Amino acid sequence: MSGEKSIFGLSAAGRRGMVLPELDVPADGSLEELPAELLRAELDFPEVSQVDVVRHFTRLSSLNYHIDKGMYPLGSCTMKYNPKVNDLMAALPGFAQLHPRSPDRLAQGALELIDRLGGFLAAVAGMDATTLLPAAGAHGELAALMMVKAHFRKMGAGRTRVLVPDSAHGTNPASAAMCGFDVTEVPSNARGSTDLAALGKALDERVALVMLTNPNTLGLFEEQILEVIELCHRAGALVYCDGANSNALLGHARPGDMGFDVMHFNLHKTFSTPHGGGGPGAGAVCVKHVLEPYLPVPRVVNEGGAYRWSRDFPDSIGRIHGFYGNFGNQVRAFTYILALGLSGLRRIADAAVLNANYVKARLAGAYDVAYDRSCMHEFVLTGKRMARAKGVKTLDVAKRLLDLGYHAPTIYFPLIVEEAMMIEPTESESLESLDGFVDAMLAIAREVETEPELVRHAPHTTPVSRFDEVEAARKPVLRWRGAEAAARPPAKPAKTKEREAR
Amino acid sequence: MKSHFPEQLRYTKDHEWVELLEDNHARVGITDYAQEQLGDIVFVEVPEPETEFEQGDTFGVVESVKAVSDLYMPVGGKVLEVNPDLEDQPELVNQAPYGDGWMLEIELTDTDEYENLMGAEEYEEYVQSERDSKEDEADDDDEEDDDRGFKDDEDDRD
Amino acid sequence: MTHPYIPLTAAEESKMLQACGLASVEQLFECIPEPIRKAFQVDGLPPGPLSEPAIVSELTRLAGANWACDRLVTFLGGGAYDHHVPSIIPSLLFRSEFATAYTPYQPEVSQGTLQAIFEFQTLVCNLTGLEIANASMYDGATAAAEAALMACGANGRDQVLLSSGVHPSYRDVVGTYLRATDREATLVELDTTGQTPHAAVAGADVAALVVGYPNYFGVIESLAALRRALDPKALLVVVANPIALGLFAAPGACGADVVVGEGMPLGAGLNYGGPGLGFMAVKESLMRRIPGRLVGMARDHHGRSGYVLTLQAREQHIRRARAASNICTNQALAALASTIYMCTLGRQGMIELAKLNYHKAHYAFRALEGIEGVRAVFPSPFFNEFAIRLPREPRAVLERLEREDGIAGGIELGGDYKGLEDALLIAVTEKRTRQEIDRLVAGVRRSVK
Repeated sequence: MSGEKSIFGLSAAGRRGMVLPELDVPADGSLEELPAELLRAELDFPEVSQVDVVRHFTRLSSLNYHIDKGMYPLGSCTMKYNPKVNDLMAALPGFAQLHPRSPDRLAQGALELIDRLGGFLAAVAGMDATTLLPAAGAHGELAALMMVKAHFRKMGAGRTRVLVPDSAHGTNPASAAMCGFDVTEVPSNARGSTDLAALGKALDERVALVMLTNPNTLGLFEEQILEVIELCHRAGALVYCDGANSNALLGHARPGDMGFDVMHFNLHKTFSTPHGGGGPGAGAVCVKHVLEPYLPVPRVVNEGGAYRWSRDFPDSIGRIHGFYGNFGNQVRAFTYILALGLSGLRRIADAAVLNANYVKARLAGAYDVAYDRSCMHEFVLTGKRMARAKGVKTLDVAKRLLDLGYHAPTIYFPLIVEEAMMIEPTESESLESLDGFVDAMLAIAREVETEPELVRHAPHTTPVSRFDEVEAARKPVLRWRGAEAAARPPAKPAKTKEREAR
Repeated sequence: MKSHFPEQLRYTKDHEWVELLEDNHARVGITDYAQEQLGDIVFVEVPEPETEFEQGDTFGVVESVKAVSDLYMPVGGKVLEVNPDLEDQPELVNQAPYGDGWMLEIELTDTDEYENLMGAEEYEEYVQSERDSKEDEADDDDEEDDDRGFKDDEDDRD
Repeated sequence: MTHPYIPLTAAEESKMLQACGLASVEQLFECIPEPIRKAFQVDGLPPGPLSEPAIVSELTRLAGANWACDRLVTFLGGGAYDHHVPSIIPSLLFRSEFATAYTPYQPEVSQGTLQAIFEFQTLVCNLTGLEIANASMYDGATAAAEAALMACGANGRDQVLLSSGVHPSYRDVVGTYLRATDREATLVELDTTGQTPHAAVAGADVAALVVGYPNYFGVIESLAALRRALDPKALLVVVANPIALGLFAAPGACGADVVVGEGMPLGAGLNYGGPGLGFMAVKESLMRRIPGRLVGMARDHHGRSGYVLTLQAREQHIRRARAASNICTNQALAALASTIYMCTLGRQGMIELAKLNYHKAHYAFRALEGIEGVRAVFPSPFFNEFAIRLPREPRAVLERLEREDGIAGGIELGGDYKGLEDALLIAVTEKRTRQEIDRLVAGVRRSVK
């Protein structure tokens, strides 16, 4: 193994990690009467001491890069600092130990927080109402598409199409397809914006929704956003704002004012809840009045100063989560917004946009900017020239950055830029930190000229080097099957015939 | 650059090939050009035997590590057999696209459909024109993936 | 004044503007059309930053307005349970290396997260008795909904049978997801013993049957019998409580094709219901259809073994409109909590824990059943949760327990089930002591007298 053994490899019969409470009641004998087929025969779990567990996971943690260690220039991911006070507030027993089936009379603080956070987000979005139920951005998209579908069904309009730009994130078409919509891609124009003519051609009386990202995934503000939205509305379609890039606009402009009908925020991007190595995230969907009746339930209502959950919305799409979304992250986002205040939110956008433009300006000579105009909070480089001249691909540059102590930027996205590298510094980075990153990128550009092989085979200093992902996908090993099997990932076992045998 | 395609096969613009066998039976697979464009294939999804398709229907999917492509029926017909080796050895499509990497054996619905497909020479011209337009577009000769098996597509976004 | 989260100073700002050839930050926003570039107010939000003491004071006030399990002895269940969270979980979970890392797309600098997820997948497989588990999903309810969609895709059928013993909110979520693609769920009512009737699921040409294990009333149903009754092509989707699986037969061993559930009880804490932790395990034959992330073993180019995200061609960033699902995150940190939990308890601990829950719940049940006028709703084997009928209106009993005994006594069943307006759902975990259970029983006895 490269680093840490499997926890199964650390197991020794008889070890335990925790003492359980004693059985202080008499057993009623019913367990012994149950038929054996209802009971478990064995459980293949490791047996380890508490020390083993703590060391194992501490050693594992040391193999990770993370935002508290250094910068993540990950475009479209908004990897900003995650303030510690947010975690502490979410851990307050009144929140962390609150049972989700508590009667509303026992959860007034949580309900007030949810109501106020929804109000903050609606105000920042320029919208009329918010749901915090979605557990992630893609979950928010899905909820919004369900609402749009319900709306047009109610109107009796057979609108079955959704338009997305070719620069869109993959969740946009995937979410639309999950709602049974036919998805059409609309090409971008030469400036990287929505092509009005192409959009006009694609719009017809069957289009329910046009999904845009603004600023778009190239980091560019949609210059003709007012015309674009008017065109969509004239065709009877609603317009969605993928709010993944909201960091650029905070306090400066609001999607609602631009004419968008519905949007989602990623609380784990714009509002700084930790990424956690891939989740939990939290989505929030804000809507104009036109879609409010369809919001998922339950919704918080306030009657005579008391809050309660209500499911009494006959046009609602229904429930989308077992409880109330990722409440722990709602507490963090609420804390974050209070810590910033209105002026702080605006300052985030100032710094995020200035930082991106500064890094772009410094890199522009050594690298090619895909769309060279003033960007918002992120920008996209293309490694086409390096790939052609030196055989060094964007992937190689990204991997070399790992050697130099930085996380890689987002690469090969958006799909419309060849050898794309998408860079978003966020507001969290100081000038020294930005300069450090730029210097690393410039050093790599020099290495590409002088020692391309060094870059092509990077990384060299990380705990492991590049993996053979082809073998991993051809012969998937998705669970631990003993140390011997791990030393040599086995060929796939013969296919079982259980279905036929039944 | 590959310069010839087997003479005895017929081809489609979606880069599938058909080999006519006896009794209206035929084999179907993807061309060498197609497998080269896809890179290392990690999985091939093929239909159940007995399924019937019309010409142009999607009959399956090929996956590389970070790309997927539909497979289109070059001619209408009923599936008689699927290549049983592809489940465990999808790399056969890369290694021998016209041989051990075949995908389906079918019973043709209409031999005219077969007759109207491209011959080897015509297909070769078609491939050449596709290569040319790619180069114009990208002004770039697509790099062969090296043989280390390390793929280069990544989409890094939540 | 700079903000502590935003290092940019005025001096640096001018230097950077100069490097960009700009005169002001405002210029950077001139691409936004005039009419929509404007200041606005946010009701209730202070105009400037709050100090940390002010934040703590406001959040402490809000937290204090809740009656959480630190202040009430709780017998609430209904899909969330007051299990002990071992102290090592928060201490390991909030290590920056785990909490502030991004999705492990760069495996060279993410082996910690990747290996932890791989171990999570393995533990979920072993617990459920199935071959493939994903890296986790939003919560138990959405995992059930995704399982229903996966079943429809796998066998090309559109109808899903949903046992009324499945958690009511989960049923709602499954319905919401199916409705979006014009599919439907058909409800199968429990019989008088609290079990999904085998006859009602037999022979139907359906995509899947979804059942709870234990079901919403705590009842352990016979999965093997349901599997035998169900059409062989239909998938048996089991919504399981992972704690119960320490004691009761692994669903995979009983013929389940898919096991999903809520992993919060495995050390992730209550948090008013979220972050949840949906888990999903499937038979090997469904490997290419399972939604969500998967971590697999791989070898690096020095031959060292490690872990990568794999089989990504199923996912939205590659398949886009034809992806297995639009899901784009997992609940990695909650999955990590549960991995630590399952390792800490280990083989013996998981079994003992399940037994403690079982015995304490049965002790409470026997005592309550002994009160005159109190009756069991279903005469079936149950795990750590059960339903009883009261001779008085449950709301009044609950309010008195809260007020006089500091006890959250259970969940009213009337809102979700017709005919159970007089019934309460009561859960007892390992944390409840005999004394607390006796207090509950005394409180109920007093209220119904």
